[in-house]
Amino acid sequence: MIKIKNLHASVEGNEILRGIDLEINAGEVHAIMGPNGSGKSTLANVLAGHEGFEVTEGEVIFEGKKLLDMAPEERARDGVFLAFQYPIEIPGISNATFLKTAINEIRKAHDQEEISAKEFLERTRKYAKLLNMPDNLISRSVNSGFSGGEKKKNEIFQMLMLNPKLALLDETDSGLDIDALKIVSEGVNHFRSKENAVLLVTHYQRLLNYIVPDFVHVLSNGKIIKSGGKELAFELEEKGYDWIKNEELETA
Amino acid sequence: MSDTNKFDQIKDWYVSNFTRFESKLNGQSETFLHDIRKESLTKFKELHFPTIKDEEWKYTNVAPLLKDNFQLPQYLGKTVIDEKFIYNNSFTDFDYDRIVFVNGKYSPEHSIIGELPKGAVISSLESAIKNYPELVREYIGKHTKVDNAFVAMNLTYSTDGLFVYLPKGQMLERPLQVFFVSGSDEDKVLSIPRSLIIAEEGSAAKLIVNYVGTGSNSYFTNTLTEIHTGANSNIDYIKLQDEKKNSFHIDHTFVYQDKGNIFNHYSFAFGAALSRTDVSSVLDNENIECHYYGIYLGTDKQHIDHHTFVDHAKPNCMSNEVYKGILDDQSRGVFNGQIMVRPDAQKTNAYQSNKTILLSDKANIDTKPQLEIFANDVKCSHGATIGKLDQEAYFYIRSRGVEDKIAQSMLIHAFAADVIEAVNIEPMRDQLNHKLFEKLNRVEI
Ligand SMILES: Nc1ncnc2c1ncn2[C@@H]1O[C@H](COP(=O)(O)OP(=O)(O)OP(=O)(O)O)[C@@H](O)[C@H]1O
Ligand SMILES: [Mg+2]
Repeated sequence: MIKIKNLHASVEGNEILRGIDLEINAGEVHAIMGPNGSGKSTLANVLAGHEGFEVTEGEVIFEGKKLLDMAPEERARDGVFLAFQYPIEIPGISNATFLKTAINEIRKAHDQEEISAKEFLERTRKYAKLLNMPDNLISRSVNSGFSGGEKKKNEIFQMLMLNPKLALLDETDSGLDIDALKIVSEGVNHFRSKENAVLLVTHYQRLLNYIVPDFVHVLSNGKIIKSGGKELAFELEEKGYDWIKNEELETA
Repeated sequence: MSDTNKFDQIKDWYVSNFTRFESKLNGQSETFLHDIRKESLTKFKELHFPTIKDEEWKYTNVAPLLKDNFQLPQYLGKTVIDEKFIYNNSFTDFDYDRIVFVNGKYSPEHSIIGELPKGAVISSLESAIKNYPELVREYIGKHTKVDNAFVAMNLTYSTDGLFVYLPKGQMLERPLQVFFVSGSDEDKVLSIPRSLIIAEEGSAAKLIVNYVGTGSNSYFTNTLTEIHTGANSNIDYIKLQDEKKNSFHIDHTFVYQDKGNIFNHYSFAFGAALSRTDVSSVLDNENIECHYYGIYLGTDKQHIDHHTFVDHAKPNCMSNEVYKGILDDQSRGVFNGQIMVRPDAQKTNAYQSNKTILLSDKANIDTKPQLEIFANDVKCSHGATIGKLDQEAYFYIRSRGVEDKIAQSMLIHAFAADVIEAVNIEPMRDQLNHKLFEKLNRVEI
């Protein structure tokens, strides 16, 4: 589905991603872990098309297209979705307006008809229920006045509504209480299918009990320094990141 | 030649029109208003049109509006407007009464005023002078401050305008829509209405005051309004300045607020090449609320200036001011918000916020809070921000598949929303939002 080759990115002259190689196939869940400031959000943002980062080297092929040449909205229309680490508040724009606009923009790009009021309502009801969100959610302004946890849930709600091919979830588990964590995980698991893929950034092995990844990668200082199966997450939890860094030094 | 000299030359020309003007006044030259007029003429002679050397006019150069000789409408043929024009410019989907003025003069054929509560009056000022001379005499000019030549010019040459009287305890059931239509195909016209609104104790009304333009020539609207609010009255004054973009607009509004009054002023400044709105309130008793809201839009080379002055004279009052600007192209905004808290005015709460987004690198805003606080037990805050559309929010919206233009419109909508939602006539909100996007020439959200 997506193939990232030797990706380098910098901001204001500082190189943050220093050669990332990663391939994700349909049906897979990849977890990215790594210390604060290692570049996890940067990777997710670069893939979603954030213009604040400059890609200096490398290539990303998504569904046969050169992703890096596309505007953020074009990427979204082709099926890339980023759940933000820090979701943005948009006062005065209701979730309904926001999502209807987004869905119809995506549909328009695929020469599809606009979503009917009925279908929209059915889907919002279904996913709001799944995520245990209040009924008035849809008439409230996007994230405005939402608690930290509600904002994270709202990202997953949007993901379900937009039904992307590749979901990049940036620390969606941070700031969630135990119950919310379970609910959000259920949302992600509901979304998972053979046709789509998930890249999730997390600091906590706990999340991976609920959303079981196929692969775990450790990002440190802008590079993937270790990849493995889900056991890697347990090892990390136990030994911390220094263990790999040291291991890497020894092999170097 | 300096601006002062150039400006004085044109002022002399305006002054010199007086003899001819006076000879055409007919009936009005015998009323008490004419004495006021003559005093104003004296002041008009003494005062100058402001230059950028005046602190109050530092960022607004009125030279473009003093370049032309605007003719009093009395010398020109009648500007004819049709019903459709008024309708197209009206806010709709609610019941309202309507009063129309064309080039400052009452236009009965376009005015529709239904049954009013007992003793209430909606009429032209000209007829109020005849029908309610005592009332007019008691209030007119009571709180106007004649400190620049534009004010003096209005007081010298105005002959008509809106008159509203609400007796004690009476409430207008329907909002009143007022139209000041200006412009002429024949020449550049000076439209110079003077309005007087008297709301006695416990009365309530909502006024929507539309300034719009017609005809091919540029024109100059120099308007002045006095609002006297009695104890515990409740007045919403919603102004839409939607003048033609080749024209000029100067507005002085003086508000006097009595005990327990709630006054909401809204300034939607969307039109004109150059506009200046001065609104001032005297909070002259306790437990008063004064709310000022504003949205100013600029495209091309529009220049939009707001000066507000909230004068807290007595204790236990609150004022709240929220002004927002959206400036594109090479437009320029000015905001100056003065708050005075006099020694007596303990327990005052005064808030002010002015935010502007610049949609182009060439747009520009000069914003200045001016707080003068002479009481010690007060809560005052003010804040001004100037910036571009929030880039993180812009990315957030686009990352959901929404194209750049629509994402920008969403952010503009979000920015303006709290002011638009503060309008208490619900159907107006969408219509104001619609006009806003139309003026900015952007996709509506
Ligand atoms: N806009 C920016 N301007 C300057 N530096 C930035 C910017 N964005 C990110 N950085 C820097 O890039 C580095 C990587 O940041 P990034 O947000 O990708 O880390 P992260 O791995 O997501 O960390 P965390 O676990 O704390 O979320 C950090 O050192 C950060 O300070
Ligand atoms: Mg991060």
